[in-house]
Amino acid sequence: MTTTAVGTHAVGHVHRDDYGSKMGMWLFLFTELILFGGMFVIYAVYRFSHQAEFELGAKELDTLVGTINTMVLLTSSLTVAMSITAIQRGNKKLSMLLVGITIALALVFLVNKYFEWSHKFAVGLYPQSPELLTKPQGEILYFGLYFVMTGLHALHVIIGAIVLAVNIRFIQRDIITKDSYVKLEVGALYWHLVDIIWIFLFPLFYLVH
Amino acid sequence: MATPAVLAGAEPDFYHVSTKRKGILSWILSTDHKRIGLLYLGTILFFFFAAVTLGFLMRLEMLKPEGTIVQPQTYNTFFTLHGIIMIFLFVIPIVPAVFGNFMIPLMIGAKDVFFPRLNLLSWWLFVAGGIMALTSVFLPGGAADTGWTFYVPYSIRTTTNVIPALLAAFTLGFSSILTGLNFITTIHRMRAPGMDWFKMPLFVWASYATSWIQVLATPIIGITLLLVVIERLFGVGIFDPTLGGDPVLYQHMFWMYSHPAVYIIILPAMGVVSEIIPVFARRTIFGYRFIAYSSLAIAFVGSLVWAHHMFTVGMSNTGMFVFSFLTFLVAIPSAIKIFNWVATLYKGSIDPDVPLLYVLSFIVQFSIGGFTGLMLGALSVNIHVTDTYFVVGHFHYVMFGGTGFGFFAAIHYWFPKMFGKMYNKTRAKIAWVLATIGFNTLYIPFLILGYLGMPRRYYHYLPQFQTLHQIATVGSWILVLGLIIMFVNLFVALWNGSKTSANPWGGETLEWTVASPPPLENFDEIPTVTTGPYDYSKYEKASQEAV
Repeated sequence: MTTTAVGTHAVGHVHRDDYGSKMGMWLFLFTELILFGGMFVIYAVYRFSHQAEFELGAKELDTLVGTINTMVLLTSSLTVAMSITAIQRGNKKLSMLLVGITIALALVFLVNKYFEWSHKFAVGLYPQSPELLTKPQGEILYFGLYFVMTGLHALHVIIGAIVLAVNIRFIQRDIITKDSYVKLEVGALYWHLVDIIWIFLFPLFYLVH
Repeated sequence: MATPAVLAGAEPDFYHVSTKRKGILSWILSTDHKRIGLLYLGTILFFFFAAVTLGFLMRLEMLKPEGTIVQPQTYNTFFTLHGIIMIFLFVIPIVPAVFGNFMIPLMIGAKDVFFPRLNLLSWWLFVAGGIMALTSVFLPGGAADTGWTFYVPYSIRTTTNVIPALLAAFTLGFSSILTGLNFITTIHRMRAPGMDWFKMPLFVWASYATSWIQVLATPIIGITLLLVVIERLFGVGIFDPTLGGDPVLYQHMFWMYSHPAVYIIILPAMGVVSEIIPVFARRTIFGYRFIAYSSLAIAFVGSLVWAHHMFTVGMSNTGMFVFSFLTFLVAIPSAIKIFNWVATLYKGSIDPDVPLLYVLSFIVQFSIGGFTGLMLGALSVNIHVTDTYFVVGHFHYVMFGGTGFGFFAAIHYWFPKMFGKMYNKTRAKIAWVLATIGFNTLYIPFLILGYLGMPRRYYHYLPQFQTLHQIATVGSWILVLGLIIMFVNLFVALWNGSKTSANPWGGETLEWTVASPPPLENFDEIPTVTTGPYDYSKYEKASQEAV
């Protein structure tokens, strides 16, 4: 009798439910999608009313850099997914390496972004710049949305990279192991979100015709 | 674990367990859902009293058609702060964050919520948001004067402290999202064995629907307010018409959240009503499934009606018809609840104790709020009363007459469970009489004033409105007197209240099966549920035999 009573009590304490943890992350991802969704709505409304100016704005962006960044992020999603498979097979070192590569790719993305933005600033395409204020209103809106949406996305890249860095530490300290890797899965889910938002941002800003 | 003061075998309650940290740290760093619920209660009451004071002062100002006690600009900041605090820091969190936190795990037979640390983070974010709201008042520049809706372009132009107020609302929204996320996961994953979806108490159902709105609607206002901040800080063109932006688009984005927020506000209070009525009527609730489904229906349809706040702003006729129709539609699930509550009372052995009295006020006042809402949803009437006191009267009937009184009912119902003490019931009943009379004396004149054409947010008014304004102000005095008696009575009971049993009301839901106040881990052994939550068949059988 005592054993079962103690047993149930203890179960309450070390409560583990990976399905539930992932469910929590999925719910959080919904909120992120809707956060960006709000901006996509604004984008849709303004693009509808300013077709031509949005095309002019898109001509100012470098499609090549955008394409490279898309490749970089897609590859990083692959490596983070592989890191989970690695830890499932008990290969701790490989898993850490793959998460490390993911973070490195995130940095490549951010560096590219940095050069892209500085180029825009150099040619005077930034909010309230005298150059931009002479342009038609649709272009002002286009670049307003461009900076806000890619900026907020870059912020998510940074947050995601920090989450993954913490995960490397967890793997190293055996908090994430072969039998308990939900933390890494949850971090990877977040990373995939960062990726998928970019997949929508890329065509909407770079590939407007 | 047991301290010597506690009898062998009986676990200490959650106030008296030995904790790792001592003193105030054992509270503000606690991950226990009960302590977090009480932290919310204390924080929210502080803001509630502040906003009541502002409302009280606004009514004083309205005694005379010209200036009475404050300057026009001060009046503008008063109604802005009153709105921001009441909406974001009182009515939205009060029932979910306090009673949701405290009661959901107890009602579904769990030891805590699914993410206890996230729960604590939510409270900290809430406090941070509250502090930001307060700093906006005291920083140079003056408190925001935009109204709680932050409409652009004025919110971009004004020199007052709009940014701290916007960031406050953003942070509070984040806190609300995390709470909702936590509750959904908790309700999905931690119900006691045997408690299937249709054995859950209706308060849990209402909280579940609310949590979904919190998770799915709040990010929209988060990003919208953030965009206004970015626009103010960096001059990015998004909503500002001089840069090509569309201020009407801002209004759409704002109400896409802020209308569903009305249901975040009212649904948990409806859940409270569904808990209290069967207990004090000693009857199984009538139409359990309809009440449960109607919560989900309200959450769903309520997400599709936002533009009825904007009928005079400029919209296609088709858009107006659709939004007007959907607004009428959302009245159906609300009415279903009202009918089921009344049907439960019918032929019950009604015990008119304090919680039920507040619930009765809720039903009447919420019905008035609902009907005036339908009038506003009708396109022609809407044009006539837009931006008048009629609108203000309507939403105070829903927010305060509904959720406010739902909160009063909840605190009187669960007070013995939360604190292990019973308050003085006579004083509580006096407070109820005063609050109900005061509330209606205050807001019925609003409805009439608005219909006669008194615009909202005006500092001066025409002399012919003075009598009604004065009646409303007298009502505010009665209401505040009632609130003072109510809360003094409850505070006194914390020290002097008589000790109460585990189940003073005869409730049948799981929270009444544990001690008052509950032990740290709620349940010694997780209970197995076999019956629905309101099994009063024994009473019903007894009354039938008596007949």
